[in-house]
Amino acid sequence: MKYIKYLVLGTVFGIVLTKAELISWFRIFEMFKFQAFHMYGVIGSAVVVGIIITRFIKARKIKSLSGDPIEIAPKKFSYPRYLIGGTIFGLGWALTGACPGPLFVQVGNGYLVMLVAIASGLLGTYVYGLLRNKLPH
Amino acid sequence: MIEFISQPWPWYVAGPIIAFVMFGLIYFGNSFGLSANFRNLCSVFGAGKSCEFFDFDWRKQTWNLVFVTGNILGGIIASQFLMKTEVIDISTQTISDLSALGVENPGEGMMPESIFNLESLLTAKGIIMIVVGGFLVGFGTRYAGGCTSGHAISGLSDLQPASLLAVIGFFAGGLLMTWFILPSILAL
Repeated sequence: MKYIKYLVLGTVFGIVLTKAELISWFRIFEMFKFQAFHMYGVIGSAVVVGIIITRFIKARKIKSLSGDPIEIAPKKFSYPRYLIGGTIFGLGWALTGACPGPLFVQVGNGYLVMLVAIASGLLGTYVYGLLRNKLPH
Repeated sequence: MIEFISQPWPWYVAGPIIAFVMFGLIYFGNSFGLSANFRNLCSVFGAGKSCEFFDFDWRKQTWNLVFVTGNILGGIIASQFLMKTEVIDISTQTISDLSALGVENPGEGMMPESIFNLESLLTAKGIIMIVVGGFLVGFGTRYAGGCTSGHAISGLSDLQPASLLAVIGFFAGGLLMTWFILPSILAL
């Protein structure tokens, strides 16, 4: 039963991504061509509301459902990791029109071929795991 | 109500809902980052036997896999019951750009269905866009330590410099692909 809440949140996320057309390859292409405000509006408003929520959690020291203090782990800073890794992801993002979450929502929308993209994404993650110690971080 | 739900949702509705989903996951003691699922699934499939990066107790991350199951379910519910139209309202400029690149019916359905289908896995174009694209997504997000949800939404919400750098990378890659590489791939 403790997993029901994650199923509900995940379902809401899948519905939003579909209803706001965020899983659309066309929308991603349009975004990278700077031909509409839509995607920037979604990401921008999510971040603005997210900043307010995150500030609020920190200022009021909001506790999690289980009563533990909420801690947001800072990410260790480095240039190569985020720039190289990020750029590689961006190339794939523009090709598939999807990030890891939307890939699953696309499958739910009936684009079963995206299961192949997911399998390929798993292989990519696995290869990263193998090469991890040889890559600049 | 159902009339409203059946319309495509504008950005100012979608963005805040996404932020609240993130808050839900944080409030439940977790974090919002979808690409972690890829690592979990590798571990579920036994990758921990051959690579220590995947050698962890994925059962503790089960919530993550339940969340992604919800994503699929949400996609089914929305597409079956909540969508009135199959037309994506992209700009006329985008439609003419895509037509010029030889993409059929731009804006009809969520994606170019002449490319994203099972038969196209037998073509060079399909293999590059689906298989290579998926690989780059999986490799790149793990290398960058997160994807759009983990860095662009969660990380930027927490004003993390690392996430800003990652998002700059995301856009550098996306712009490079869309403006300079994709036209050649679509011409295949």
